[in-house]
Amino acid sequence: MAHSDSVKASVPSYLKEAQMIKQGAEARVYRGTFLGRSVIIKERFPKLYRHPEVDEKLTRRRTTQEVRSILRCRRAGINAPVVYFVDYTTHCIFMEDIINSVSVRDHIESAQASERNPQHLQTLVDKIGQILAQMHDEDVIHGDLTTSNMLLVSGTDDQNIKLVLIDFGLSYISALPEDKGVDLYVLEKAFLSTHPKTETLFERLLKSYTASSKKSSAVIKKLDEVRLRGRKRSMVG
Amino acid sequence: MTVVIGFEGSANKIGIGIIRDGEVLSNPRRTYITPPGQGFLPGETAKHHRSVILTVLQEALDEAGLKAADIDCVAYTKGPGMGAPLVTVAIVARTVAQLWGKPLLGVNHCIGHIEMGRLITNSQNPTVLYVSGGNTQVIAYSERRYRIFGETIDIAVGNCLDRFARVIKISNDPSPGYNIEQMAKKGTKYIELPYTVKGMDVSFSGILSYIEDAAHKLLSTGQCTPEDLCFSLQETLFAMLVEITERAMAHCGSQEVLIVGGVGCNLRLQEMMGVMCKERGALLFATDERFCIDNGAMIAQAGWEMFRSGQVTELSDSWITQRYRTDEVEVTWRD
Repeated sequence: MAHSDSVKASVPSYLKEAQMIKQGAEARVYRGTFLGRSVIIKERFPKLYRHPEVDEKLTRRRTTQEVRSILRCRRAGINAPVVYFVDYTTHCIFMEDIINSVSVRDHIESAQASERNPQHLQTLVDKIGQILAQMHDEDVIHGDLTTSNMLLVSGTDDQNIKLVLIDFGLSYISALPEDKGVDLYVLEKAFLSTHPKTETLFERLLKSYTASSKKSSAVIKKLDEVRLRGRKRSMVG
Repeated sequence: MTVVIGFEGSANKIGIGIIRDGEVLSNPRRTYITPPGQGFLPGETAKHHRSVILTVLQEALDEAGLKAADIDCVAYTKGPGMGAPLVTVAIVARTVAQLWGKPLLGVNHCIGHIEMGRLITNSQNPTVLYVSGGNTQVIAYSERRYRIFGETIDIAVGNCLDRFARVIKISNDPSPGYNIEQMAKKGTKYIELPYTVKGMDVSFSGILSYIEDAAHKLLSTGQCTPEDLCFSLQETLFAMLVEITERAMAHCGSQEVLIVGGVGCNLRLQEMMGVMCKERGALLFATDERFCIDNGAMIAQAGWEMFRSGQVTELSDSWITQRYRTDEVEVTWRD
């Protein structure tokens, strides 16, 4: 316990040594070293616009959910960063730095820009569909599926694409097809709005998902329902 | 010089406004208010609008000091909204357009809010949070469309507030949202409520059913006051709205926020959004109740933009629709 106390006391000093690589809406992300390894430190800082109780409860919940979901995925063989340490006072997660990787978002953008072999992207979305099916079969709802939250490890050829899922801050556990459908809906919207003219590519992703998941038909049915909700809802005012 | 008259009545507010080249010449409005505990139904709302619309029309012309001949175009709300009230107003607009021999323009209600917000605040290219009784959307302009980046996947935030007001019988005069805001100022105890952000989207029906259920228990056992409930509900709902707005801003790289729609009048929401903007070095734009709440001038303003870019609605196309997505409209007046 004394050891963890001294580590807890020095979390801020780890952050000082580390290099901030991103400031998102939710958290600051740093690259640093911890116990001899290269790590990513995700620090959820307080949001001043929120009532302090809302903020504390929400931040703590998101940190906990993120770590639990990552662990659950890893146990099921789905690629997610290894979690080394979590500090609940500063809401920091110390996790594995996935080196030599590029976000699927950047990869698709550069592939489309260079008009590379479309077959290559097809294999990629097949893999994405598979990994999401695996995740949903574990009843993990990612909650913020976007192509920025999937990493493609370089040096892997088409036969052995290695995808790593990250950013599980909005994740939770649920067996409901509704929640899985909404999860896919979030990805669909993010995918199509970020990558223009990729409707057929996304359809292929869903086909791969359907083929890989044991519980997919109910989920796809819910996805269809959720898609219609935006249009069917009575809009007054 | 272009003068446009706009007719708006998609919900319980009936407003007619006149705009001349960016100047609001008149903007009278009436609100159909129901007793506490009751919402407004389409048939009765339409009846209310029918009973006052001609009076409001005369007021609009008198205040502007104009006659029918001075008008260049008649704009009306094509949708979205409630069927019967929309029809009532459209009929008057069509009739007036034909009587006066002026072109008609069917306007998207959401775009009316956005264009009025842009006119009044002069914001350049903001991320727009459109929040009202019927709509909750985060919108950004891109390539001739007002694209929806995030929205509610079930009910609107204003609808959540209005229905909560009914549960504890808060007065609907001048609006349930306004009364919840006043009561919230006196609330001190924070009651934990579900917080449901789903990526860039939000969901409110869960919070509503939770608070509808919990309200009675909490109030009868004296664990909290109605003011505490109002306070807690606002803090939770508004935090969710600020969060999805911030996400959209981060996604688009935007440095401006514009809040439009009836719920945009809420000063606490504006305050919270302001804090978020300050942290990011972004600018916040908001309007007051004259333009936040549904009004005729906003339809006139959107109509003015559309008319000047060469659009016109043929009589045969001047129907109304309850469902009309913001991104369905081609924004021909912007690059």
